[in-house]
Amino acid sequence: MMYSVNIALLLLLVLTAASATFLVKELMSSVFILGSYSFFLSLVWAWLGAVDVAFVEAVIGAGLATVLFLITLFDTAPKDSRLRRPPPPLAGVLGLPLLGILLLLAANDLPQFGDPTSPPNVHISPMYLQNSFADTLTPNVVTSVLMDYRAFDTLIETVVIFTAGIACALLLREPGS
Amino acid sequence: MKQIHDSIIVQTMSRLLIPLAQLFALYVLFFGQYGPGGGFVAGVIWTTSMILAFLVFGLKSPQGRLVEKVLHGDGIGLIIFVGVGGLCLIGGGEFLNYANLEIPGLDAPARRYTGILLAQIGVAVDVAVTGISIVLSLAYHDTEQEYDV
Repeated sequence: MMYSVNIALLLLLVLTAASATFLVKELMSSVFILGSYSFFLSLVWAWLGAVDVAFVEAVIGAGLATVLFLITLFDTAPKDSRLRRPPPPLAGVLGLPLLGILLLLAANDLPQFGDPTSPPNVHISPMYLQNSFADTLTPNVVTSVLMDYRAFDTLIETVVIFTAGIACALLLREPGS
Repeated sequence: MKQIHDSIIVQTMSRLLIPLAQLFALYVLFFGQYGPGGGFVAGVIWTTSMILAFLVFGLKSPQGRLVEKVLHGDGIGLIIFVGVGGLCLIGGGEFLNYANLEIPGLDAPARRYTGILLAQIGVAVDVAVTGISIVLSLAYHDTEQEYDV
């Protein structure tokens, strides 16, 4: 029961992504389908237990990115001008399913989800889980990792965002006034 | 898109939703330490509420004026974040080691709480101002200059 719901969710994710790229010709609809794709993806993150990531995905992917796409679309043509697309090459039609099968075969060797003996779960996570309250006196492990153990990381990310804003202003705004 | 929206439904709903979104952003910011959320998400939620404000009411309205004022805060978030680190340095510890944030009258957990909260506020301000700045650059780069930055 649990697994069937999850598989339906993942199928929905793939279908929305495919329809946004292949089926829909109008760019405006494409943008909205991409927004719904982000919502489904945030459901997947929540299912995996990453509530923080789900939060960010819903807010950024479905909210802010959709707005940015829409505002950009108002300055461009609303329709895809390549309405008559050439048929895909034979090598791609044959090769991509083969590649997919190869990836599925390789995925068998990945550790099971939630396996306590998998390498990510025995390397550094136990140290954070056991020592973070004694070290940082913060009950939330995610916060203590993000803002205390790796505060430098967060600081540099903030610098990156700041630089992106400055670069956008320099490139897009017209001088004068 | 770049004119004021004249639908009464959209305007009324936005008047209701914008304060709610901003309240929720503050909730995520201040309770993000002990639950999911944090400065980044709070900043983006605040940005979306501001974008809704100036898309619906226009830049000339009181809400739009506020958006223009917010743009002058570019870089303040970073200064807050780095300032917290500097305060820790002054307190005698490493950069961004909140245990050395010398604020009198605070015990160790409260000191860390304050340090992380200030840093999160810095991240939120930085993200919010950057988001609004990018959207304004995209939306108004070809019309007459309505902003003065």
